[in-house]
Amino acid sequence: MRLYGPSRPRAVAVTLTGLALLVLLMAMNMRIGDIPMSLAEVLRATVDAGDPGHFVVMDLRLPRALTGALVGAALALAGAITQAIARNPLASPEILGVTTGASVTVVAGVVASGSAYGGASGLLLSLGIPALALAGGLAGAVTVYALAWRQGLDGYRLVLVGIGVAAVFTNIKYWLLTVGDVNDTTRAMVWISGSLNGRGWEHVAPVALALSALIPLTLLGARTLDALRFSDDTVVSLGVRVNRARGLLVLAAVLLAATATASAGPIAFVALASPQIALRLIGSGRPPLLASAVLGAVLTAAADLIARTAFSPVELPVGVVTAVLGAPYLIYLLVRLRGKGR
Amino acid sequence: MRRTRVLAVLLAALAGAVVLSVTVGAKTVPPGEVWQALTAPTGTENDIIVRSLRVPRTLIGVLAGVALGVAGALMQGHTRNPLADPGLLGVTQGAAFAMVASIILLGTSTLYTYIWFGLAGALVASAGVFALGMAGGRGGPTPVTLALAGTAVSAFLYALTSAIVLLDEQAMDVFRFWQAGSIAARGADAVWQVTPFVLAGLLLAAFNAPGLNALALGEDVARGLGQNVNRTRAVGVAAVTLLTGASVAACGSLSFVGLIVPHLVRPLSGADHRWLLPYSGLVGAALLLLADVIGRVVAPPGELEVGVVLALIGAPFFVALVRRRKPVRL
Repeated sequence: MRLYGPSRPRAVAVTLTGLALLVLLMAMNMRIGDIPMSLAEVLRATVDAGDPGHFVVMDLRLPRALTGALVGAALALAGAITQAIARNPLASPEILGVTTGASVTVVAGVVASGSAYGGASGLLLSLGIPALALAGGLAGAVTVYALAWRQGLDGYRLVLVGIGVAAVFTNIKYWLLTVGDVNDTTRAMVWISGSLNGRGWEHVAPVALALSALIPLTLLGARTLDALRFSDDTVVSLGVRVNRARGLLVLAAVLLAATATASAGPIAFVALASPQIALRLIGSGRPPLLASAVLGAVLTAAADLIARTAFSPVELPVGVVTAVLGAPYLIYLLVRLRGKGR
Repeated sequence: MRRTRVLAVLLAALAGAVVLSVTVGAKTVPPGEVWQALTAPTGTENDIIVRSLRVPRTLIGVLAGVALGVAGALMQGHTRNPLADPGLLGVTQGAAFAMVASIILLGTSTLYTYIWFGLAGALVASAGVFALGMAGGRGGPTPVTLALAGTAVSAFLYALTSAIVLLDEQAMDVFRFWQAGSIAARGADAVWQVTPFVLAGLLLAAFNAPGLNALALGEDVARGLGQNVNRTRAVGVAAVTLLTGASVAACGSLSFVGLIVPHLVRPLSGADHRWLLPYSGLVGAALLLLADVIGRVVAPPGELEVGVVLALIGAPFFVALVRRRKPVRL
């Protein structure tokens, strides 16, 4: 099992540096709250169960920071897989219908359950919303793939169909937002911007589970991803069963992205940008899986830090920051891609 | 003459859509009574419905439909890109951002004040999109690149807009209805405020048509024919800005009108923009009114916003366009 390909030392260095940076950023995030703490206080409260800040740090701040990191990792890993499979740096779960599909079902759920959702029904909050997001994400992905399929999948057709389908989902979402009560609408709006506010252990668990199951699976598929860089004929002659392998990997990507969206809402552009940045840092042939995941976690944690401090005391949803930073990066990628083939 | 005949047919179709739009709704008003309400109002319930609700709504629909249809045809012509549309390429979101920002930062509350902000936002966004669309010289970017750039620009502006409305619940309440795109309940005032901008935009578009025909042959040929290419581009940007900005200010975000209409019209008009533009305007208005009528009747007792209906009609069209093996080259 080769995790990294030829440029292994550099990949290891990038991954380890990323992990160190991630721990630092998470600690910085955990300083923020009603009672600001210093880094030393955060550390003491984390390890010492008798510390007065222990509850705040362990039950409120750590799960939030962990949700951000795991969600970022899951999104980035999903992006790395889809980009490698579509052989297209622009193919990412948000363009392929996963996150937009999840947004629609969640908004529908929030609006349909009305104001009751905000108050008593904790079970709906912890089970219903993630389940809805998962169903919506899968449905969105299936729709896009089915519509883009025409004697095989063309990467560019996939992207364009994704944009069209996303427009429908977005408009249905807009309509749902006009139906509900304005308080529900604001809550739904925060969710569909992608937010880490108020995330607890119940949001950490599903993403952690999905990652621990799917990371090994995708690493096993890494050889296939390497092979998929070549044309389909070459891949077949290399002995890879193209369609089955591709289908499994895509399914893994959809599951990762949908679980992440269920926990934190659609955090824009993490899945698109992280694999590309990792690719450039490492210089490998396709987006590296582990390094992308680590970078995704770092980017999300950094964006959340900005979202919480830039307009302090008002906290913005993290997705607003990632969109503002990520969209120009997408345009930069487009400008760079111009002239290379299509 | 064939083209004049087509023009007459399209005008008749628009007239039909107008009649539907003033008669159909939560309460159906027969055409005879509509006529009576317009010519000799007696203050009955039907008179009030027709005069204060249906007629302004229909007029706004016609204005926005004409504006968006022509704007779409202009954008597709200038970018030579079959997937260009003011909504898909971020011009709408540019106007939205500027208007929401003005509501919050300056406390503007009337349409007339914030239409200027809408125009400014649309101008910046359309200039940006055009720059992206023109850059790279020969042929410009592919449909994919342009559509993705539009997605990126939209996402960027939408994030800024949502950051603003999340800080202010009142703005959120206005914004959520605005973003769904609606021509209902605008009132006669809005018609008068928007009309001058749409007319100015149409005038510029008419002025732009011959130059656009020359540009379709390529910039070098157009220059050789004595065209001032930069001026033609600038007039195009100005026209798209006025048309999109005005319709966005009045109706919120309406996608896909500008995308679909030129494709429907091109088989009738050919590539000549002097016919393509007026046809697009007429068909755009008829399409918008029909979508609005559909939205009024599909979900009784409520209504579906016209922007949502348009997306439900338009997106399958977009997907079909993409699935065609070779997208039409312009």
